[in-house]
Amino acid sequence: MTAAIEVRAVEKRFGNVGIIRDLNLSVAKGERHAIIGPNGAGKSTTFNLISGHIKPTSGEVRLNGDLISGLRPFEINRRGLSRSFQVTNVFARMTVWENVRCAVLWATGHRYAFWKNVDSLPEVRQRTAQILDDIHLTHRRDVPAGLLTYAEQRELEIGITIAGGATVVMLDEPTAGMSHAETDRAVSLIRRLTEGKTLVIVEHDMSVVFGLADRISVLVYGHIIASGTPEEIRRDPKVKEAYLGEEAH
Amino acid sequence: MTTAATSTSKMAAEPAGGSLRFYGVWLLGIVILIVLPMIFSSGGSLTSFSLIGIAIVFALSYNILLGQTGLLSFGHAVHYGLGGFAACHMMNAVVSHGWPIPLPFIPLFGGIGGLAFAMIIGWVMTKRAGTVFAMISLGIGELVASSSLILRSVFGGESGITTDRTALPKLLGWSFGPQLQVYYLIAFWLVLSAVAMYALTRTPLGRICNAVRDNPERVQFIGYDPHVVRYFAFCFAGFFAGIAGGLAAINFEIANSAYLGAIQSGLVLFSTFIGGTAFFFGPILGAILVTYLQLGLTNLTTAWQLYFGIIFIGIVMYSPGGIAGLLMMHRPLIRAGTLWTVIPSYFVAVVPTVALACGVILTIETVARFSGGDPINMFGIAFRATSPVTWLTAAILVVGGFFVARLTWRRIAEAWDRAATVARDRGYLA
Ligand SMILES: Nc1ncnc2c1ncn2[C@@H]1O[C@H](COP(=O)(O)OP(=O)(O)OP(=O)(O)O)[C@@H](O)[C@H]1O
Ligand SMILES: [Mg+2]
Repeated sequence: MTAAIEVRAVEKRFGNVGIIRDLNLSVAKGERHAIIGPNGAGKSTTFNLISGHIKPTSGEVRLNGDLISGLRPFEINRRGLSRSFQVTNVFARMTVWENVRCAVLWATGHRYAFWKNVDSLPEVRQRTAQILDDIHLTHRRDVPAGLLTYAEQRELEIGITIAGGATVVMLDEPTAGMSHAETDRAVSLIRRLTEGKTLVIVEHDMSVVFGLADRISVLVYGHIIASGTPEEIRRDPKVKEAYLGEEAH
Repeated sequence: MTTAATSTSKMAAEPAGGSLRFYGVWLLGIVILIVLPMIFSSGGSLTSFSLIGIAIVFALSYNILLGQTGLLSFGHAVHYGLGGFAACHMMNAVVSHGWPIPLPFIPLFGGIGGLAFAMIIGWVMTKRAGTVFAMISLGIGELVASSSLILRSVFGGESGITTDRTALPKLLGWSFGPQLQVYYLIAFWLVLSAVAMYALTRTPLGRICNAVRDNPERVQFIGYDPHVVRYFAFCFAGFFAGIAGGLAAINFEIANSAYLGAIQSGLVLFSTFIGGTAFFFGPILGAILVTYLQLGLTNLTTAWQLYFGIIFIGIVMYSPGGIAGLLMMHRPLIRAGTLWTVIPSYFVAVVPTVALACGVILTIETVARFSGGDPINMFGIAFRATSPVTWLTAAILVVGGFFVARLTWRRIAEAWDRAATVARDRGYLA
């Protein structure tokens, strides 16, 4: 079976600095894959490379077997890959409802339509309402996204990411900055919303990582030093030395 | 004309009362347009109303760019002007070929003119937003304006292209000679265009325009190419600007290079911004106010551009949401029932603020007339520019007015804060 995401020998240099070096990563379809690593290891950069936000200096990225490196973000998104951002990245002046609805429009085939009333598209309305319900923001639907609390914005961020129905979902530190209770809620939300999908998640909270992931990759200085099941990662001496050791949990 | 916001409006499940009010507002607008010339029937007011109607269409078209898509254009008059030229050429062609096209259809050709140019240059222009777009729009504006003086066969050089609107085939016996008939033609196209532009904000494309305005980066990750979105917005804006230009061509029976120039582009930016870009009706208010000021001030004072500048700076600094933003700020207070606690402080502030304004006006007029001119007549008192009494009065009004006014403005702010806090506590967003 072809992998959902296949990253082969990807390099990324900013100027002379090699941030990503010989990156190889394979995520199987339907898998929940966590990427962990110390601050500045290049996790977000890896997300940017896969989602088309930046282009690799060399190497290739495949989505369901098709070459996507070099494509633009919206082209990759239309092929079924959606990502969230570590720093909340929503439509601040638009309401929660409109934020989610905008993320539904392309996938429901309405694209650039200027001859349809957006309020009278039943499937758009249903899907938007469903997602608002899923992310527990129905009671905040008419609030501009910029006025939400931090935790609410993080939930909206997830909502926008999954709204288009992508089969490959990438979440960059979805629980960063959340309280313990908020994290628990977010994790069960993520678990439910990505049921049957491929999930790639960057996460610093080890309990979240080991509770959620089928497989884990450890990224250090732009290179994956180990990739395997949570059990394998826990036992891996290289990981212990390079990462888990220094960030004792 | 309508109270619906383009950014934070209530969506799908609008209660029946809301939609009734919504149609009511539009209907009221149409009724006003119909009866206005019956109440104010002088030639002067008909001319003013016609100009305002054109300015509204133009400003609304500009807000497709500025308010809805976040594109700051310094060259929007290009589409207005080209629409005007297209309409003039079309009218002349209709007359010389004897085509059966009556005058009311002409603005459509203006729109096509504006749209055609937008479609041609738009793709390159909208590649980037922000400063790059603003600079290119400025360049294109200058380019077209100067070309209009060079390409004489198309633009008629200095004198422009003239036309005779009454020479076209009549429609229902209307010759469109009298200004009243022209006014109704403009009002008709105003309603048509306003409804269409409002409807555009309610389409998938219109919503995505807002998303591009708010966050062009994120839009790419929900499947949209912001370049395409901006291009669409640019074309629609060009189309409706062309309609406005076509209406102007009908109204003046001429199109010349002034239509396309930087002054016209600046004026529409000015109207739209003063009116307020965040609400659909903002540019309507702005166009009404600015056209009136323009017509009124140019007769009253030689320094009218200075007043425009002061108003513009004042709005940018103290009310970046424009007039519409100021008005809509009150909505949560009205809903929460706390507006009445603020109103008294407004009344207190009126006197010193008016004194300050008079002082500023007196100063400007004094400076403007120092080297000669009629005395300034204010409240029946004649002030001579060279008299020290005038200077002293101006100084007292400005300095005294400012210090007293500042105290009263603080009181407004305090009263406002209290009222807004209560409104927020009662669950109305402020
Ligand atoms: N556009 C860029 N230009 C230059 N350097 C960059 C750029 N983007 C990222 N970097 C650098 O690449 C390195 C990796 O950054 P990245 O954001 O991918 O780390 P990360 O693993 O996500 O870290 P964190 O856990 O803090 O989110 C950092 O040193 C960062 O400064
Ligand atoms: Mg990161």
